Amino acid sequence: MAKTVLLIEDEVNIIEALSFILSRDGWDVVTHSNGHDANEVITRREPDLVVLDVMLPGKSGFDILRDLRRDPRHQNRPVLMLTARGQSKDRDMAEQLGVSKFMTKPFSNADVRDAVNELLSG
Amino acid sequence: MLNLLIGVCLAYVIALFAVAFWAERASMQGRANWLRSPMIYTLSLSIYCTGWTFYGAVGYAARSGLEFVTIYLGPSLVLLGWWWVLRKLVRIGRVQRVTSIADLISSRFGKSNGLGVLVTILAIVGTTPYIALQLQSVTLSFGAFANSESLSNNTAALWLGAGLALFTILFGTRNLDVHERHHGVVMAIAVEAVVKLCALVAVGVFVVWGVLGGIGPVLHEIDTSKVATWDVNGNRWIALTFLSGAAFLCLPRMFQVLVVENADEGHLHTASWAFPAYLMLMSLFVIPIAVAGLKILPTGSNPDLFVLSLPLSLEQDALAMFAFIGGFSSATSMVIVASLALATMVSNHIVMPIWIKWSEHRVREFGDVRRIILISRRFAILLIILLGYIYYWISGGGAALAAIGLVSFAGVTQVLPAMLGGIFWRGANRIGATAGLLVGFAIWLYTLFLPSLGNVYSAAFLAEGPWGIWWLRPQALFGVTELDPLVHALFWSMSLNALAFFVGSLISFPTPIERLQGAQIVNVYDHSPTQRGWSGRAAQSEDLMIMAQRILGVKQARALFQAEVQNQGGQGYLPDPTPEFLRTLERELAGSVGAATAHAMIGQTVGGTSVSVQDLMAVADEAAQIMEYSNRLEEQSRELTRTAQELQSANEKLTQISIQKDAFLSQVSHELRTPMTSILSFAQILRDGASLKGQDQSRYASIIHDESVRLTRLLDDLLDLSVLENGQVNLNIAKGRVQDLIDRSIATVVAGDAAMQMQITCKIPDDLHSLTTDLDRLGQVFINLISNAKKYCDAASPKLQISAHQSGCDVIIDFVDNGIGIPAQDRDFIFEKFARVGEQKTGGAGLGLTICKEIIARLGGEITYLSGHRGAAFRVQVPVNFHAA
Repeated sequence: MAKTVLLIEDEVNIIEALSFILSRDGWDVVTHSNGHDANEVITRREPDLVVLDVMLPGKSGFDILRDLRRDPRHQNRPVLMLTARGQSKDRDMAEQLGVSKFMTKPFSNADVRDAVNELLSG
Repeated sequence: MLNLLIGVCLAYVIALFAVAFWAERASMQGRANWLRSPMIYTLSLSIYCTGWTFYGAVGYAARSGLEFVTIYLGPSLVLLGWWWVLRKLVRIGRVQRVTSIADLISSRFGKSNGLGVLVTILAIVGTTPYIALQLQSVTLSFGAFANSESLSNNTAALWLGAGLALFTILFGTRNLDVHERHHGVVMAIAVEAVVKLCALVAVGVFVVWGVLGGIGPVLHEIDTSKVATWDVNGNRWIALTFLSGAAFLCLPRMFQVLVVENADEGHLHTASWAFPAYLMLMSLFVIPIAVAGLKILPTGSNPDLFVLSLPLSLEQDALAMFAFIGGFSSATSMVIVASLALATMVSNHIVMPIWIKWSEHRVREFGDVRRIILISRRFAILLIILLGYIYYWISGGGAALAAIGLVSFAGVTQVLPAMLGGIFWRGANRIGATAGLLVGFAIWLYTLFLPSLGNVYSAAFLAEGPWGIWWLRPQALFGVTELDPLVHALFWSMSLNALAFFVGSLISFPTPIERLQGAQIVNVYDHSPTQRGWSGRAAQSEDLMIMAQRILGVKQARALFQAEVQNQGGQGYLPDPTPEFLRTLERELAGSVGAATAHAMIGQTVGGTSVSVQDLMAVADEAAQIMEYSNRLEEQSRELTRTAQELQSANEKLTQISIQKDAFLSQVSHELRTPMTSILSFAQILRDGASLKGQDQSRYASIIHDESVRLTRLLDDLLDLSVLENGQVNLNIAKGRVQDLIDRSIATVVAGDAAMQMQITCKIPDDLHSLTTDLDRLGQVFINLISNAKKYCDAASPKLQISAHQSGCDVIIDFVDNGIGIPAQDRDFIFEKFARVGEQKTGGAGLGLTICKEIIARLGGEITYLSGHRGAAFRVQVPVNFHAA
């Protein structure tokens, strides 16, 4: 059974691009477009990888990650953070919160695919 | 002979110089303890016995028998019976730091300078005859000695006066002492007291045993002489005893030695018996000498010179010389102390007030004041002795010595009611004192002083009074003709003086400071401990240390005390509170708290002086200055605090701006990266993906296109905003109709979206014709608002109503749609950059309303969110006629 990638992102065009790329690589892609209930969705879906935006309506990616890591069920769940906020303090923040991988937008499709492969094959 | 005489005089004066100089040195070096012995004090009182006493008493006895005794009786009675008055005067003098009798009167009556001046003038006028008397007695003695020589009496008097002035200036005005004490002068006077007593006793012994042949024959001679036959005039006896006693208290020179130069109240005990004894010795041989003179010398000889002419006629030249020195000594000591005391009064009560007033607006320093005081005193001494000389010259030197002396006594005695009243009666006040002094002084001048000058009044004036007013006859006031002129003058001047003093005090009210001074002086014993000066009491060192630490700081105070301990060669850390150390300490403290405060503090701690009202006032002045200074400091500190606060708030603003700028840049970056991400990602998909369906290909290409448009629009908005915010907008002002502008805006929006569902209605009154503004910019705002309504209105059948009306000088255009509107909590920041409401995803960058707000602000208007409508409602208000700001 293919591993599941949960894509939490609010920009429709980016959702479409990422879904296309990751589906083509054989991953099962599920999407969610707001921050409010992102943690509940993760708990329910139990994805093998979460691709997480930061600027989300309702709840920021950082808050979602922080809550996720506090939950014993999700402490080791791989999270790829993908954000248009590319300052180094954002990267530091993410790493402090326990992100698995941090990438900035715009991204190279190849880099995203490599990162996802790496995180899901481990 | 004359040369010898002058030589002896010079030698004597030089010896006096030496004594005075040595005593001064000793006191400066603190070795002056024995100089302050009660005996020195008692001897210094002997300036009461002047040339008048020395020569004149014999003359007096020869003329009027035993009456001369009254001159000694008065002071003796005062010392024996009234020593408590003296004690009170001395205590007041110490506590109030009184420098002269004028100062006492002025202090007591509320620091009245007018009274000070009045007493000073009275004292000068009253003392002038007395100085003349001294000049006369010395000149006469000169004449008796050197009968045939060429020196005229006037010249001799002039030289004598000059010499005395020089001596007084040299020793009386060498330096300034706060207590106005002059150790050198006092010592010289004590020596002179011994010299004159010895001289007179020597002459007396010679006369009794050498001439008359022992005590028995002397008594016999007295009985047979006319000296014993004189009737005793009761009135004159009482009057003269009273007069001499009063003068003993009031004479400026007596006040100087009795009160000002007094170093210890205890000395009065010794003086109260020793001085009467001294007077007794002085008077012991007066009668024998007078009797011998009358018997031996040819009739017509001046009895005032018997002391000198008896030894001379019996060819006892050495004794005569000794007698001459005795007389010279009596005269000089009086002139020196009197001119010194008067000079102090003149400088303190006349020169200083004028100078202080005159130099009110100048910078004053102590050195400056000191110089002025010393110079004024020197000139005052010269002037006073010169006045004495002038009186001597005018009166022709003819009147009998005793008569001149009594005139003088009666003059200065006018101060008595004010002085005694002042120290014993709290009700006494300035008005009373002034009235009494003026009345007494005037009567004295009229009835005694002017007649004494010889020919001031005509015989008719004396006999019938001025303008024939009989009761104003100078020597028979109010028709009282029975009395001797002196008794008459004394009676009227003293009784009317006292009456004016009491009545004046009763009918007027004292000022507050007079009340306070009155209480301080009358109840002086309640306000001061018996401790003398600032010397003594070792236990006070601890207190002084505590006080000094409080004011100077612990370290500095310790250093000061330690240095003094080493200086005194003692052990430990507390030095003895010697007067020198107290002075040093006071000076140190004065540097911190001001001179008056320092003085008051040391006075309180050591207990030597109580704090006078003057001290308190000076302290208050200093406190006021310090307060003012501290107010200024406080003001400065407030200003600094204000500046600091301003700087802090400016800094906060800058920080805020910096944070906002960071946030803005971060936002811009995010807004730019987001479309860029889609563009890049799809471009890569298109580039790599050979296996894409045609449908997907065109779809992805159109996403790239839309995102590129979005990006471009964002950049346009950012540029637009940046221009607007920097105020570099070029407005293109033109005139146009509101209706046309709105129509054009709607058309623009509709043209961008042919499928627009929203129904737009316009309600614009016909009378709203045109407005003058930047029509393109205003149109941009309208377009933005209409687009927003189109984008965000979520009603099933969206509607937008645009209405306009004029309000004063402004045009108001409202845009109201029928959607859900903007939540209340978001309304405050919808005009902020990148503000987006809720989760609307419509591709806007969130700069539209910010740009609108900036544009309307440039046009001099305002854009607001209108609450109270169901849907979103915006109001644009702009002036009908744009005015450049």
